[in-house]
Amino acid sequence: MNHLLIAPVVLPAVVAPLIAMVTRHHIDLTRIFSLAASVALVILTLVLGVQAMDGSVQVYELGNWKAPFGIVLVLDRLSAMMCILTAILALIINLYAVGTGWDKRGSNFHSLFQFQLMGIQGAFLTGDAFNLFVFFEVLLIASYGLTIHAGGARRFRAGVQYVVYNLLGSSLFLFALGTIYAVTGTLNMADLAVKVAELSPDNTALLRVGAIMLLLVFCIKAALLPLHFWLPASYAEAPAPVAALFAIMTKVGAYAILRFFTLIFGPEVQATTGLAGDWLLPAALFTLAAGAIGVLGARDLGRVIAYGAITSMGTLLIAVSLFTPEAAAAALYYTVHSTFAAALLFLVTDMVVERRGAEVTPKAPMAQNGLIAALFFVGAIALAGMPPISGFIGKLLVMDAARGHEMVWTIWAVILVGSLVTILGLARAGTIIFWKSYDATTEVPETDEDTAEATPTASLPFVATFGLVVGLVLLTVFAGPMSNYATATAEQLFTPSIYIENVLGDTK
Amino acid sequence: MELLVASAVGVLTAAGIYLILRRRTFPVILGLSLLSYAVNVFLFATGRLLVGAPPILNKYEEVAYTDPLPQALVLTAIVISFGMTAVVVMIALGAYLSSKTDDINMDDAAEAGEDA
Repeated sequence: MNHLLIAPVVLPAVVAPLIAMVTRHHIDLTRIFSLAASVALVILTLVLGVQAMDGSVQVYELGNWKAPFGIVLVLDRLSAMMCILTAILALIINLYAVGTGWDKRGSNFHSLFQFQLMGIQGAFLTGDAFNLFVFFEVLLIASYGLTIHAGGARRFRAGVQYVVYNLLGSSLFLFALGTIYAVTGTLNMADLAVKVAELSPDNTALLRVGAIMLLLVFCIKAALLPLHFWLPASYAEAPAPVAALFAIMTKVGAYAILRFFTLIFGPEVQATTGLAGDWLLPAALFTLAAGAIGVLGARDLGRVIAYGAITSMGTLLIAVSLFTPEAAAAALYYTVHSTFAAALLFLVTDMVVERRGAEVTPKAPMAQNGLIAALFFVGAIALAGMPPISGFIGKLLVMDAARGHEMVWTIWAVILVGSLVTILGLARAGTIIFWKSYDATTEVPETDEDTAEATPTASLPFVATFGLVVGLVLLTVFAGPMSNYATATAEQLFTPSIYIENVLGDTK
Repeated sequence: MELLVASAVGVLTAAGIYLILRRRTFPVILGLSLLSYAVNVFLFATGRLLVGAPPILNKYEEVAYTDPLPQALVLTAIVISFGMTAVVVMIALGAYLSSKTDDINMDDAAEAGEDA
């Protein structure tokens, strides 16, 4: 057994209480520990990524209990990729939070941050459905603390909505798991896949109910259209580094859909055939449309970007809902891209909000206007999917994967018009904030004094945001190797027998 | 027995959903608690209902046993929902104390804030 496999969960789980209990009165020590843990996490996940590169599926049996009876962690290409993505994003956001001093504005930022990482890494690694629920709760309870970090009336109220919505989702998750357990008698994912495939087709009503409830839960996490109401308010009101970290949270939902509906309720499973795809595709199309309209209509920069994140989830879920290896590969590439793009825009939004407030109205120019405008520009074309940044390649892959589908024209039309509307909305917001400001100049000398005091001129936040830009550029330059890896991952995903044999191998 | 448990789950869920759809925070939290009780009973019933049977196999004689796994799941679920309820109560209190209203709706809060 390779003990490195559990390290991405254990490391933050050890560091978080250490920070909370030992170093909480020393902000410097806290930062050092938290940053060191983030760097170590990146290295760890990269090592795991190299190990998973050859297509092997590694299994870690907790307490050495064999697979269907004990809880297992499973490392395959998909979970390795998601873990690396989370770790890199977390390091960048941690740098940003330290650089801007966001972590000092409330208590326990870094320990909650580490707990959140523990939950996300665990959710990506676990091979047990109930354990997935537990890791969801870990990441959610940490995110509840993070959304209301630094307080404020509006943030608290948005936090209440966010918590209530997610608690409902958690209850639904438990109902779904109970239903599935009642039918199959197991909650190990590989074992579930075997049992579901063996089920006689006339005895599947309960199973279908369970599968649909699971899909609903994951769609709440992924902010799919009728279930997306929690996202704009909580992302726009959350502290910027937290909102940027949440860019990966919606991907946890997409990951879970991809995992469950290829491994357990796969396309060739009779009992649940067509269950997910038929519902997901229209919902994803509407999500993209609603997100694009939201980008155009929102009056506050945080909300513009939050709706932008919804459009990217729409595009991602369109690719997921096709349930073909090509589409899954496109979805994986787009996942990496949209995580970086959304995080970049949330961080840039924070720079703008700190300097001039969130409203999209002309005001006097702010400090470092040009640099921030350039970053916003890069983020906007990345999110909207314009060349030359990786969003273009991602959308191209998604559209290419949709080519054989019967609704191909609808899909293409929605993606293209959605991109156009998104770029219009972002261009409008950018023009008003960065350019119109010069026309509306009233008291330039006074605001200069104010902003000089109010805005930290530290370079670390810019280093962090440029890190995200570099990530996007690398993703574009190395699009070939990256999409090869995504294709290999998708192939592995659509041959569930490899996963099942590796997990249950010893007991048969 | 089955009817009793099933109707209990149904009534708890219905009451929970009704309360969640209220506009004030307190009924919503009560509704969430009721819903978590409902899901606990439901999870308990997923291992089939047996009265007076031990949750362990007897290797010396064939006796009825009840499935121990749902009981473990319920324990986990109880602990988690207890913690979550505590968190949501604290956050709701924070929201109430900082904005002087416990209305769930955000837009009203913005207007109230501007008026004040």
